[in-house]
Amino acid sequence: MNKNFNFSKLFIKTNILSLTLFISSVLFISLKGLNYGIDFKGGTLIELKVPDTNITITDIRSSFNNLNLGDVNIKEFGEKNTYLIKIELTSEDSKNLIPELKKNINEKIQSEVIFRRVEKVGPKVSSELLQSGIIAIFLSLAAMLFYIWIRFEWQFSLGSIIALCHDVIITLGIFSFLSLEINLSIIAAVLTIVGYSMNDTVVIYDRIRENLSKFNRMSIDDISNLSVNETLSRTVITSITTLLALFSIFILGGEILKGFSFAMILGVIIGTYSSIFVASPILKYLKVTYKTMLKDDEKIVP
Amino acid sequence: MLNFSKIKVFIIYLLLILLSFFAFLNLQNENNLILDKKVNLGLDLQGGSYLLLEIDTNPIIKERTQDKVIPLKKLLVKNDIKYKNFTVKEKKITFSIKDDQIEKFEKLFFSKNNDNLINEYIDQYKAHQLDLTIDKNILTVNFSKYGILKINNAALKQSIEIVRRRIDDTGTKEPTILQRGDKRILVELPGIKDPERIKDLLGKTAKLNFRLVSDSSTEFGFEKLTSENGEELLISKRIIVSGDNLIDAQPRMDTQTNQPNVTFTLDRSGAQKFAKATSQNVGKRIAIVLDNKVISPPSIREPITGGQGNISGNFNFQEVTDLSLLLRSGALPTPINIVEERTVGPDLGEDSIKSGSMSLIVGFALVILFMFYKYKIFGLVANISLISNLLMLIGVLTLLEATLTLPGIAGIILTVGMAVDANVLIFERIKEELKTEKSIIHAFDIGYNKAKITVLDANITTLIAAIILYIFGSGPVKGFAITLGIGIITTLFSAYFLARHLTSIIVLKNKEGSINF
Repeated sequence: MNKNFNFSKLFIKTNILSLTLFISSVLFISLKGLNYGIDFKGGTLIELKVPDTNITITDIRSSFNNLNLGDVNIKEFGEKNTYLIKIELTSEDSKNLIPELKKNINEKIQSEVIFRRVEKVGPKVSSELLQSGIIAIFLSLAAMLFYIWIRFEWQFSLGSIIALCHDVIITLGIFSFLSLEINLSIIAAVLTIVGYSMNDTVVIYDRIRENLSKFNRMSIDDISNLSVNETLSRTVITSITTLLALFSIFILGGEILKGFSFAMILGVIIGTYSSIFVASPILKYLKVTYKTMLKDDEKIVP
Repeated sequence: MLNFSKIKVFIIYLLLILLSFFAFLNLQNENNLILDKKVNLGLDLQGGSYLLLEIDTNPIIKERTQDKVIPLKKLLVKNDIKYKNFTVKEKKITFSIKDDQIEKFEKLFFSKNNDNLINEYIDQYKAHQLDLTIDKNILTVNFSKYGILKINNAALKQSIEIVRRRIDDTGTKEPTILQRGDKRILVELPGIKDPERIKDLLGKTAKLNFRLVSDSSTEFGFEKLTSENGEELLISKRIIVSGDNLIDAQPRMDTQTNQPNVTFTLDRSGAQKFAKATSQNVGKRIAIVLDNKVISPPSIREPITGGQGNISGNFNFQEVTDLSLLLRSGALPTPINIVEERTVGPDLGEDSIKSGSMSLIVGFALVILFMFYKYKIFGLVANISLISNLLMLIGVLTLLEATLTLPGIAGIILTVGMAVDANVLIFERIKEELKTEKSIIHAFDIGYNKAKITVLDANITTLIAAIILYIFGSGPVKGFAITLGIGIITTLFSAYFLARHLTSIIVLKNKEGSINF
């Protein structure tokens, strides 16, 4: 692998790219919003399998038209003849919704219907789940901030958190842009991305720290460049193996894991990019030099 | 870094063999168990229902507030305190007394003596059961935070017990019933086929009582209730016997009418009360009231003295079976709502296992091929450590009898993808050292040493994310956090002990030769 690629030349361009992506993501999230699934919005989700191929979505929809369910969304889910029905009805008193629905579908569709999955989340629980999801993401960011602050200097800690926020916001921004559903497993994916991206950043920071004390005449730009180059083959290999694993989940792991593995794939790509193009140049803006690495008492000595 | 004492090598491989043994326990034949330990499949893989129930304490607090009325009035009368405008509204009692008597009342109300029957002092919380607010001469009494907490906790504990009895009675295998927070009960029913029936059974309070039916509409202390067949009846508020006096209830088939009914047996005091009421009211009707609905209002033809009776109505056999089950298990102290429900059918579970293991095998194979291609002989080292890693991960999951979910399988695959990172970091470092270092052994030594801190730092960050996910995640997501977290620990072990030992064997054999990456 070419070990002398000049990354620092690209930094300005990539910083503009990152900033643009970040700002548009923030705009998308705040203006278009996120497409929350029933985990966070409440409602009912039913996965149906109808072995009879003559039955269409229209048949299924008309089978419970008389139930007055409000907003109902039906779509094919993965394989043929498997459908996902989403009902936004969230009132707590819809106790008998599922048995009634089952009765209606079974009666109207003169064919075998298999209820593969039924999920119902009440409004109180869904808002709690959303709240704990948000807390979990912030807590993990805070924990990373703290850990890096202990292991490195504060500039590194700040730089890595900026890179993490960059990854999380852009991943969510893409989900908002594509109107993909945010559910509990996406929160799990986001937290794993936080861990993975941090992992990547730490490897490069570790090398920057080492090189800073080794070559104290070099500018931070050159140090970043050298360190990124030195760790580049590791960064690439690990991303490849992780992506190999993730793509096999995405392609073979079934419909339920699709959203999760897609978020992870995005996150690994963005996380790898950010540790090279966000976390490293930020150290320059935070005025890191070899002096940063010296202990406080050493700094007093002229 | 390349020196291993014999005892260290022994421990490393012993641990590996032991954990692999646990991993292979999952393959044992059900009928011929060597050791009864295996990874449990989550509800999303084996099918079943997850229910989150929440108790609603409002009715019981209203009831308890009502119960305070008579003792409170008694206390006022006994101590010559004149009161006016005594009203009970929802969870509050208000009344007014003269200014100069407020102090006297306060002293009585907040007495910590045992003779304070109206406002119990709860030692556990060092607080009174009731609160008193005084606005000029209007006094308001309601349950304090701690009074409510005590009622809530007792109701929750009792509800869990009754939920357990009802579920056990349906014959569900290996249910999990746990308290969640201070108002909720988590119920997991693996492999259940008809969750609707259980949901139905859990949703019913099943408060049963026997009360007299009145004929005239003018009498005091009566309420209007509708019977099953739509007839409006005036029912006395006085309860003759309640479900608490019931010791058994069984579904029966009436041989004469060929109608199913529920035969119940009362305890001694219940039987006595029942005998007295029925002998005084022959010819009148008695209402059997369940959850404020009259299920049947039979006429009393003769005194019932044996403490046995039956409830008949327009039931089918399933309904009398469920009714007798509810009566046997007793009434819930509060209504229960199902606030979250997730049910997975067995065929989706099977599909998920298939697709999950398929993607695991393919992902695993791809990573192994890639490592061989990239690192040749050291790729073999990395791959042996990867396979051992997987075995140890499954071994630890088995040892802990952890629950494997679909996201958990994803966590294993992800571990496979990320686990090579530790070895890659080390190998890349060694490659760098080999450029400047003449001695191969030295290069490996330095490489392992320098990469150590990086590997540790990098893995701790992922571990932090996994721990937070475990704390905040629920259900299947928790399963992901478990496999990811344990995966990191086994990864560190296999990279730093196993792979390093294997590397040392290769390096020490090729001391003089060249090492090819």
